[in-house]
Amino acid sequence: MAMAPDTRSPAPGAGAKAEPPLTAGLRMRSVALRWDTAVVILLIAVFLVGLGTTDGFTGSGNLAFAFNDISEVALIALPMTLLVVAGEIDLSVGSMLGFSSALAGSLWNAGWAFETIVPVVLVIGVLGGLLNGWLVTRVGLPSLAVTIGTLALYRGLASVVLGSDAVTDFPERYANWTANTTTVPGTFLTYPIVLFIVLAIVTAFVLHSTSFGRSLFAIGSQEDAAFFAGIRVKRYKLLLFVLTGLFSAFAGIIFTLRYGSARADNGTGYELLAISAILLGGIDFDGGKGTLVGAVAGILLVGVLRNLLTLNDVPNEVQTVVTGLLLVASVLTPRVIGVITERRQRRAAMAAGPAGGAVT
Amino acid sequence: MTTLTDKPTTAAGGTGSARSLVDTVFRAREISIAGALALLILGTWIANPRFLDSQGIKDLLLNASILVLLAIGQSVVVVTRNIDLSVGSVTGLSAFACGKFVADTHHGVLITLVLGVLIGLVCGLVSGALVSFGRVPALVVTLGMLYIIQGLDYWWAHGDQINAAQVPDAILHLGSGSVLGVPYLPLIAVALLAVTTYFLRSYRAGREMYAIGSNPEAARLAGIPMRRRVLGAYLFSGAVAGFAGALWLARFGTVVADNAHGYELTVVSAVVVGGVAITGGTGTAWGAALGALLVTTIGSALVVLKVNSFWQGAITGALLLAAISVDRVVNLRMTAALRKRSARHGNGA
Repeated sequence: MAMAPDTRSPAPGAGAKAEPPLTAGLRMRSVALRWDTAVVILLIAVFLVGLGTTDGFTGSGNLAFAFNDISEVALIALPMTLLVVAGEIDLSVGSMLGFSSALAGSLWNAGWAFETIVPVVLVIGVLGGLLNGWLVTRVGLPSLAVTIGTLALYRGLASVVLGSDAVTDFPERYANWTANTTTVPGTFLTYPIVLFIVLAIVTAFVLHSTSFGRSLFAIGSQEDAAFFAGIRVKRYKLLLFVLTGLFSAFAGIIFTLRYGSARADNGTGYELLAISAILLGGIDFDGGKGTLVGAVAGILLVGVLRNLLTLNDVPNEVQTVVTGLLLVASVLTPRVIGVITERRQRRAAMAAGPAGGAVT
Repeated sequence: MTTLTDKPTTAAGGTGSARSLVDTVFRAREISIAGALALLILGTWIANPRFLDSQGIKDLLLNASILVLLAIGQSVVVVTRNIDLSVGSVTGLSAFACGKFVADTHHGVLITLVLGVLIGLVCGLVSGALVSFGRVPALVVTLGMLYIIQGLDYWWAHGDQINAAQVPDAILHLGSGSVLGVPYLPLIAVALLAVTTYFLRSYRAGREMYAIGSNPEAARLAGIPMRRRVLGAYLFSGAVAGFAGALWLARFGTVVADNAHGYELTVVSAVVVGGVAITGGTGTAWGAALGALLVTTIGSALVVLKVNSFWQGAITGALLLAAISVDRVVNLRMTAALRKRSARHGNGA
């Protein structure tokens, strides 16, 4: 991202960022294990452990239940992945979720039809995203500072709209669409999960198979170069902020229906969960690196782990600690691997001959 | 990066006015915050004179003190182009640990404060080592630390609570007592502010922190021990957060596990409002302290003016956005004016 909390000396490994993504990718592949592959393997391992040790893990609908339970975070994480790849961040998503929930609640209280509430709330999400994107791309402010501001602003607006009330009398015919136990006919999956799967496939296609997606990687690894290569950096970033706003508002509607409760403090802290999940999946916080498969694996890993810990009666607090440890480990491990490989390569280069060594 | 679009637009008269604009702007950050603060206080006082009676001032100062302390600590980290999101949970952990400690042992003030600082130092050491030696982005590390410390705190506390009755009077006196009418807490905050300002301004290590924040690559080439400096910033921020936790106990007497959780964003807001650029390299500790005072005063003023408290979050957020936007615009103008001035000087020579 633009601010790049980059105090590390750009000695070994760090130089990769300046290289074209292709070389960086090749280098990553030359490391025995890519991080996103590692996360997929980790996910499978955790799954197998759950299978072997925990009763009811594969019981009727437990997994669908577990994933449905993090479906809002998962939905927000998709556009967030694109945003982080492009080197920016949006901390206001959890607040936008709360704001849209509060708005939906108070409009419902005012007697609006739910069919009207949904588009209105989505428009508000788009506007919120536009404000973030405008401040970042037009005024030129760091996205971290902007979205800390809008985090407070949107959460504040949520409590202005709904105060400390809770709206709970949504009819079941709406709530059923999102319930942890209602499955799409013929499958064992719930509606939000099916929606997530479809959107994840679309996002994966956009990120990895379109010129737009490649542009995001270019922007994330070298913004100036991308600009001079003719990529419309600002327009793309604005679009991404609008997308995170839109998805957050949508997640707010799902959240409201699923819990049958609209409250101003819904989704508090979700921004951190969504970011944790995708960083865990190997999306580089500095931008320009990562795959959507990794991000999805990171999201699912968080979901499965929480479910496993819950089934084993591990208290909530310990789950928080585990999330934190995973987050730190997920950013530390690739760097450590990078440093080790770099050292090994340098030693190999030194052994090969004095003239051929990498003199930095 | 965005300098690509910076055009020297607004013409600022001749050399003289360009110079005065530049000179004013250089000093403007802290002065304009102080001005906004003065206006806010004046306006609120006119609307409700009780805002500034002796009790009102005392409350204001007491309410601001802990936030001011944390903002000072955070400003040192942000100057190095890093961030510490774990300060809220460190403060909470330290407050609870100190409370538990004195409730069990009835130790005195000094040892409690030392305990708080030690807890903070340990947390700062872990974050700082990961950021400086692990070369991991600060936001991610301190976010992880936030979760870890928060989880440990809840786990340990189990919904437990320390009551004022369990806390020795000497410690409570630190939180509520005063000398010559001035409460202790603001005095402590001012003392830390003085030390930090002096360090950042006049010590080599302090200047090096600005160098690291404004251009890490240049700082490294200049031979600045970056890792040690960044680690130092985190140790300082951690120690201050731990210290603030002990003072939290002294101030409120009653502590639960989730004290000060979520405080980190208020602290960062205060620092940014105070003119410390989140991109590092600029800003002062006393700007951050003023920012913290402003954020607190807005909260108090809203209460005094009987504005619905639901508005508080929205107003704080809007204020933060306004502050950073104004700062940015002022910066652009300053760059433009400087460019103009140097162009003139170039013509003259």
